[in-house]
Amino acid sequence: MKFGILVNEGPYNHQATDSAYQFAKAAIEKGHQVPRVFFYHDGVYNSTRLTEPPQDDRHIVNRWSKLAEEHKVDLVVCVAAGLRRGIKDEVLAPGFRISGLGQLVEAGIQYDRLVTFGD
Amino acid sequence: MSDVTGGIDMDDETEGVVKKFMFLNRKAPYGTIYALEALEVVLISAAFDQDVSLAFVDDGVYQIVKGQHTKGIDQKNFSPTYRALEGYDIEKLYVEKESLEARGLTEEDLLVDVQVVDSAAMANLMAEQDVVISF
Repeated sequence: MKFGILVNEGPYNHQATDSAYQFAKAAIEKGHQVPRVFFYHDGVYNSTRLTEPPQDDRHIVNRWSKLAEEHKVDLVVCVAAGLRRGIKDEVLAPGFRISGLGQLVEAGIQYDRLVTFGD
Repeated sequence: MSDVTGGIDMDDETEGVVKKFMFLNRKAPYGTIYALEALEVVLISAAFDQDVSLAFVDDGVYQIVKGQHTKGIDQKNFSPTYRALEGYDIEKLYVEKESLEARGLTEEDLLVDVQVVDSAAMANLMAEQDVVISF
């Protein structure tokens, strides 16, 4: 099955981004596909390479980048939500790209399920 | 890449597919940005010729209440946009009866034409959808 994922919350602030990652990883391990994760609202903060958590904590941004590299997951950051919050191309971590909300609607149309993580 | 479709070119996989999309609005219009950014997705979805509906439950019903004045909080009053949805062929707006009643509101207090449905009917509507995006 193809799963699209929508992440609506910022990293560290909210469990949603951890749950989304763990869901994506588990789905891929079970043989499903996660062609795209879309980051919206404060979810856009998952994409910035300026993120530096304490060393004994998980690195949420790098974790997404690794998932993208290993499993060709398309990590899409909403352009409008990103601009409002200072997320631009120059701060993106590897594997992320900035595009429009059409990418979210398209995921809903093309994939079998669209799963939302957020409040 | 097109502005209308929010950064995608329609391709064969997307063209001609019509799914039932419901945007579920659960939060008050101000206080958090969810309602405003939800509306941005709704407007983009109109470009994809999908079967789009909106549902308002819990504090989400406040999004379409008449007479919003936002000057005092220095934020844009985006409620007129809900009245423009008709022009995008988005005409299915459902409001949960229990949510209205719990807040002392009636259909008369709303700025757009809606169908008021009880929570059981709302659940059925959700079950019929291909995609439910919840804000």
